[in-house]
Amino acid sequence: MRIGKALQLAVTLLAAAFLLVPTIQSVLAGVTVNYFQGIRSGLTLEWIAVVWELYASSIFLSLGIALACLCVTLVIGVPAAYALARSPGRLSRAVEEFISLPLAIPGLALALALLQLYGSYKGFRMSPAFILVGHVLYTLPFMVRSVQSVLAAIDLRTLEEGAATLGAGPVRRFFDVVVPNALPGILAGALTVVTLSIGEFNLTWMLHTPFLKTLPVGLADSYASMRLEIASAYTLIFFVMIVPLLLAMQWASARAQRMSQ
Amino acid sequence: MTLTLRNIAKTYPGGTRALLPTDLDIAEGEIVSLLGPSGCGKTTLLRIIAGLETADAGAEIRFKDDDITHQPVERRKVGMVFQSYALFPNMSVRGNIGYGLKMQGLPRAQIDARVDEVIALCRLEPYAGRAITALSGGQRQRVALARAFAPRPRLLLLDEPLSALDAALRGQLRDELAALLRQFGITAIFVTHDQDEAMAIADRVAVMSQGRVAQIGTPEALYRAPQTAFVARFVGNSMPLGGRIEGSQLHLPGGTLALTAPSDGKAAFVRAEDVRLAEHGPLTARVTAVTFLGTHYRIALSGATEDTLFCLHQGQSAPKPGETVRLAIAPQSILILSPEKAAA
Repeated sequence: MRIGKALQLAVTLLAAAFLLVPTIQSVLAGVTVNYFQGIRSGLTLEWIAVVWELYASSIFLSLGIALACLCVTLVIGVPAAYALARSPGRLSRAVEEFISLPLAIPGLALALALLQLYGSYKGFRMSPAFILVGHVLYTLPFMVRSVQSVLAAIDLRTLEEGAATLGAGPVRRFFDVVVPNALPGILAGALTVVTLSIGEFNLTWMLHTPFLKTLPVGLADSYASMRLEIASAYTLIFFVMIVPLLLAMQWASARAQRMSQ
Repeated sequence: MTLTLRNIAKTYPGGTRALLPTDLDIAEGEIVSLLGPSGCGKTTLLRIIAGLETADAGAEIRFKDDDITHQPVERRKVGMVFQSYALFPNMSVRGNIGYGLKMQGLPRAQIDARVDEVIALCRLEPYAGRAITALSGGQRQRVALARAFAPRPRLLLLDEPLSALDAALRGQLRDELAALLRQFGITAIFVTHDQDEAMAIADRVAVMSQGRVAQIGTPEALYRAPQTAFVARFVGNSMPLGGRIEGSQLHLPGGTLALTAPSDGKAAFVRAEDVRLAEHGPLTARVTAVTFLGTHYRIALSGATEDTLFCLHQGQSAPKPGETVRLAIAPQSILILSPEKAAA
């Protein structure tokens, strides 16, 4: 029995080490003066400064696209989820599947389709809006599903009827009753959208131009063309940005799930 | 008349007729109950009055001189209490009660004053700041009533307002609701499937069956003078006697009963409390079951009529199952319906 426990612990630690060691090594490499000499060469924040100098625009571009993507998915996704929740039926199911289609298609294929369709519109092709369109297509299903599952759990129709008998027109009902009660789903969806948009690589790599590199595209670029320390420092920055988002996302999803039970 | 309903019918797309053309007039301050079993069209009628469903073409709903037939629900100024209450979980008790006033665009101070007034009227002071989820079923029911009443609707509609509560609470809240509605002095229509509820709360009861109003009248009138077999059974708890009427006699399998007068009626009914055990009664029956109910016994009898006949017997003891007893029914407690009414 004791041996079994010890074995269990060993396997767990091994698995954790398997996941954590490369991460720690990468983070350490980013703050080491010279990676080939190892940690003895001393610790420094110099590489982080270099990354900031070289790739600050990528970081801001990613944040900008993520926020814009959030706005678009909120404006399209919340009403769409509401419409789907209000009239469940075969047509709604079909629409839902259709919205979710970009999840099943590889990002590369989606990017290729966008390039074929819009590649000749130079102004659009060269603008951040082009990447934004890709991100919206990719993240929209997450917003719709998250909001929809919360809305499905409440008696939306009766709540709205209640508001209507009290004198609220359709617009007031949407903002006073639907949106506040869907909030946990909206929050969970919003965090998912931002996290996915900041981390998205596949599609973005195909859509980007040399002047428009997002955070992960810049990361690939730094791996390919910079010193290992710089690439590692970049990874560190990426972690710092994405890990809190991931944690918040998990918390919000758990909350939304509790609400819909 | 405050509320005039003419030719209100509802046919669903599949062709199901939920409500056959119905007329109804309701006076100012009157409390009317729509009573009937599930599927009789009572909730459909209520929702059409509220504006939550549209009636078939040709309907007319007037409130005094105001034709509201085609007005959307949010402009009808009707308050509604839903079966599930439909309270907004994202607002407090105060927020819920004040919502209708907010929709009227009243200034903050006026809203607060009116909310306070309604909260006091419904004795909700201890709960005013609470979240909806922190309330019991009975409290929620009162908040739903307060919310519907606060914006001074011209008509209050209640859809099975007590059915979500457990039985013990229901009786108590029924009397409370009746008292509050009188205090409000508002014209109200409420839907229920429980005849005790309808009798206790309403001035007039419209008994509905299969998409039409079978009879409308005061609780006493419905109980004492039902116009159809359905009303006799549903409201009056009357049992059909069956048998054959010949002149002033009713021939039954267990014997012959005297009627008050010669009748060409078709169907005879009697209530269980009017069936008496009598040593020399004209009917013979066999006891099949006896239930002791505290104040009385409920005795099931076979052989006297085609179906089982029940007798409510007040006494210190009751016959045992299997025994043969004799029964009497006073002529004036036998209700006779004419052929056309008996069919309805």
